[in-house]
Amino acid sequence: MTVDLPPGLVLICGAALVPLLRGRLKQGWLLLLPLLAMAAVHTVPEGNHWTFGFLGYDIVLGHVDRMARVFGYIFGLTAFIGFLFSLHVKDDLQHMAALVYAGSALGVTFAGDFFSLYVYWEFMAVASTFLILARKTPAARAAALRYILVHLAGGLVLLAGILIRLSETGRLDVDFIGLGGPGSWLIFLGIAVNAAIPPLHPWLKDAYPEGTPTGAVFLSAFTTKSAVYLMARAYPGAEILIWLGAFMTFYPVFFAVLENDIRGVLSYSLINQVGFMMCGIGIGTALSLNGTISHAFCHILYKALLFMAAGSVLHVTGRIRCTDLGGLYKTMPLTCLFCIVGAASISAFPLFSGFVSKSMIISAAGYHHMITIWLILQFASACVLEHAGIKVPFFMFFGHDAGIRAKEPPLNMLLAMGLAAFLCVFLGVYPQPLYDILPYPVDYIPYTGAHVVGQLQLLMFGALAFTLLIMSGIYPAEMRAVNLDTDWFYRVGGARFHGFTDRALNRLNEVCESIFVDKAAAGLARVSKDVPGRLVRLSLPAWWALRGIKGKEMEEKKEDLSRDAQEGRLPAGLGLLMGGLVFVVCFLLA
Amino acid sequence: MERKTGWFDKPENFKLFLRLFFAGLGLLLIVDFFLPKHGAFPWEETPCFFAAYGYISFVILVLAARVLRRFIKRDEDYYDR
Repeated sequence: MTVDLPPGLVLICGAALVPLLRGRLKQGWLLLLPLLAMAAVHTVPEGNHWTFGFLGYDIVLGHVDRMARVFGYIFGLTAFIGFLFSLHVKDDLQHMAALVYAGSALGVTFAGDFFSLYVYWEFMAVASTFLILARKTPAARAAALRYILVHLAGGLVLLAGILIRLSETGRLDVDFIGLGGPGSWLIFLGIAVNAAIPPLHPWLKDAYPEGTPTGAVFLSAFTTKSAVYLMARAYPGAEILIWLGAFMTFYPVFFAVLENDIRGVLSYSLINQVGFMMCGIGIGTALSLNGTISHAFCHILYKALLFMAAGSVLHVTGRIRCTDLGGLYKTMPLTCLFCIVGAASISAFPLFSGFVSKSMIISAAGYHHMITIWLILQFASACVLEHAGIKVPFFMFFGHDAGIRAKEPPLNMLLAMGLAAFLCVFLGVYPQPLYDILPYPVDYIPYTGAHVVGQLQLLMFGALAFTLLIMSGIYPAEMRAVNLDTDWFYRVGGARFHGFTDRALNRLNEVCESIFVDKAAAGLARVSKDVPGRLVRLSLPAWWALRGIKGKEMEEKKEDLSRDAQEGRLPAGLGLLMGGLVFVVCFLLA
Repeated sequence: MERKTGWFDKPENFKLFLRLFFAGLGLLLIVDFFLPKHGAFPWEETPCFFAAYGYISFVILVLAARVLRRFIKRDEDYYDR
């Protein structure tokens, strides 16, 4: 099967037909499009394709190499799983938004120039916003507004960087940039927003839990991982990424412990996982980059699986907070099983997908004797078990029985979760097909006795700590609360800034009005009206005295003059004469 | 209302689960002494290093989160006010 269209455009163009189709035809179309996109990814040979000139620049819609192809496969596969999961949804707008979103992510992946990449980048931001808006709650609408504002700001920073780089180097190609001048830093910053590198991360935790039960599955896959891809392409070996990545694995785990919303926990966990990838990009060796890319591949699958499990629970119970859930394993055993597979995969248990990918990054840090980084990554690995490995399944399916007797979700949702769970186990047991498509030759054996036992010890003794902490009551109880994060700065700080500028600028406006409009203008009018009359009254009596007028006649003339001056009835000649005199005085003084 | 009691609701099942869990932990500790190791750092070759590291990491995480909660916890309608 060959498709002569860029993979991203397959999905974006295909979206146009969605409202015209009905019933099973529409469902078939939604499942066919990702398969066609994957066929396009698979069949296009390496090199540049679909190129054309625009304003004197080369636009490349199909820059295909091994790295782009890996991301193309996983984006197509996730789109397929995501649409299978959302087949029951009757909202065309959600399907079209998801298609444009997935298509734009593929567009970013295969863009060979920064112009088309930027267009796809913004399409991604706009399309994904609809997956949050579609929840149709006031909270979702507000979160969607904040989400799009953050991403438009990030997009503008990226655009500024692209334009500065273009003017400095004349280059638009999407290739290694490296951190240097202001252009490269701005591009880096623009990507960092989408990659959710702290402190630029809170949009993710703010928006993803507000997505629709199905939309969050797409959200979890594309925005952050297309940023990982772009970072791996443009900034491999940037040392700052090692530290930012390590911080990124470390920072969100504490918030995840306290988070009450299951999808909020998964959002923090997503940031933690992307941290491992950033670290791998920063180390920049063949092993660490292979680790990053394979980890992105595995992560997209198990994170989608976890978001699907949470989405299924939300779909059938209408609840998603730890405090409202518990005991669902009794009536939703399959969903529970799939969730546990996702949890085991993200925790990197041997025989599950996270084990074969994450360990490459940690090993790369070890090979380069990065002691602190290695210790942080191992610490973060134990913490992943806490929030994603134990907390998510425990509070939804076990823990205290919340008395909910919800049934399993619809068949399509179960099939989608089943497929993702199968792939998580398959890649964990037999990673070779994944290793074969990585950009660099893989010389790495994850399954050594020491590695398996070491990893099992790390996780199982973490689980022991959980058991003891929860039995002793030290483990912090789940509670309905807001936990502040850096989004405080634009949610409360932004509101306060708005209030401050409102008060300060409006006060300034009032002061200016009273000074310039009320007082100064009136004073100027009074001066203009009175000064000529006063000058005339000062000078004319002297002239009259010279002519010999005095006594009562003089008094009468003065009274007439005062009255005429007040009523503005002075002869024009007198006013002109006085004006002329003022000019003469000014001239003499100057 | 279909089934009201699950597998874990029976105390004997829960006890069995815990016994298996602790047996697994013991096994992991014992096996560790007999494995050839070639770690990047010397401490990786110390028996039971990862068990201790996992346990301590987890406890530090939870205790630190308890402290963090004092500073960042607000009412649920904090942002809506």
